[in-house]
Amino acid sequence: MEGLKCEPLKVNSYVLLHTSYILLRIYPFPLFLLHFFKMIAGLSLVSNGCAQKCMHKSWWKILCVVLLFYTFIAGFLMDVPRLPALSETIRNLYFHVCMWFCMMILFTASVVYAIRYLRTNKLVDDIYSRQFAAVGIVFGVLGYATGAIWMSYTWADPNNSSFQSFSAVAREPKLIGAAIALLIYFAYMVLRDSISDIDKRARITAVYNIFAYALLFPTIWIIPRILPSLHPGGQNGNPALDFKDIDNRMRMVFYPAVIAWTLLGVWITSLKIRLSLLKEKRLLQ
Amino acid sequence: MLEIRQQYSFYGVLLYIAATIFVLYMALESPESNVWNGLFWVIQLFISINAVAKSFLQESRGRMLYFYSIAGPRDFVLAKLLFNSLLMLLMSLLSLALFSLFLGNPGVKAAAFVGLVLLGGWSLSLVFTFLAAIAAKAQQNAAIMAILGFPIIIPQLLLLMRLSNAAFTENANIPIATVLLLVALDAMVILLAVILFPFLWKD
Repeated sequence: MEGLKCEPLKVNSYVLLHTSYILLRIYPFPLFLLHFFKMIAGLSLVSNGCAQKCMHKSWWKILCVVLLFYTFIAGFLMDVPRLPALSETIRNLYFHVCMWFCMMILFTASVVYAIRYLRTNKLVDDIYSRQFAAVGIVFGVLGYATGAIWMSYTWADPNNSSFQSFSAVAREPKLIGAAIALLIYFAYMVLRDSISDIDKRARITAVYNIFAYALLFPTIWIIPRILPSLHPGGQNGNPALDFKDIDNRMRMVFYPAVIAWTLLGVWITSLKIRLSLLKEKRLLQ
Repeated sequence: MLEIRQQYSFYGVLLYIAATIFVLYMALESPESNVWNGLFWVIQLFISINAVAKSFLQESRGRMLYFYSIAGPRDFVLAKLLFNSLLMLLMSLLSLALFSLFLGNPGVKAAAFVGLVLLGGWSLSLVFTFLAAIAAKAQQNAAIMAILGFPIIIPQLLLLMRLSNAAFTENANIPIATVLLLVALDAMVILLAVILFPFLWKD
């Protein structure tokens, strides 16, 4: 009797668990996609309030943490193709390439807000633009750091230290492009600090931001394809983005990793934006 | 414009070119073609900063107000771009002549190289004219212009140096696609200047 009584309960809880598991597995994906596109729309020019609303939502922060854990665990543990000269260092793809992706997305967001500032003349947009550029610089420096580690195992002359072979390696067109990008945004920061009048600063730096971005991005996409290079993604197409070239196992980690690092960048930026909005509250009203 | 009113600044740039090249002549005897090439473009860069920076930085506030009242921002920036282009083309030709006179001319394809020099001078003048406008609004000296301008001009200088290396070697062809890319970049600079200058103008 006891057993019979317990049986339906057991089944019930099992079914409940199972359905909730299935729900968790299947349902969030369209929802995630929906929210993700909403957030992208919020970041772009569509509406003023949406970006701020999204900033306070927590689902994409959870997604970011989950995907970052996934990147680290799967990135270090899953099997990867062994290529000559690369072997295990290929795992750096999940970190190094993602940093540059994140940097470019953040700089693009910065320019979008610079354009918005020139259209609306609201200082909030200027704060957004500045903070996106600042966090983009951080990710650019991280991209350099991860690249330097990768370089020291693959490109560097084994007879010299990696410090000594730097001057030979730094001639890479991709590295030049990245250095130019960072220099431009450092100059942007210097220009900001050199002007004391707030409205004038916002206007002039927005103009410089747009001008520099419009000249920078064509050149960092085109020049590496013209000059000969050791770096992948030059004359022979980009192996990480080419659907035919990247290994299936790596794609499983690489795309979530790009999303994870980008979300992390946006998260950090949103915190910085909130902080400076609080600081400038008096000015904005 | 400014250079006709203040002729000393025009002669100043001429003297700058002559003096720099003379210093190079003292320092080097007969440089290799790639050294020649590198030096030439670096000197072009500095000449351009010196010649073009004056166009906005030395205008007095009252005169800017006068321009503001007689011309629209688009006309004004186009006039500046045109004038600085002509000025820089002249300076480029002059420095090329002096370079060939003092340091020898390693060029094999002379006509192609003159064309490249003109194209390069034009690119430099366009970019630095717009940056001079920004720097003038920031009420800064030429130093901030160099900070703002160097990263932006590096890609174009890189392409120019590659093209002129091709002009120096006997068998290499000059890639037309790269020349077109440079022209496209110049066109984009003009377009951006016309779009963005009105925002710098109102004060």
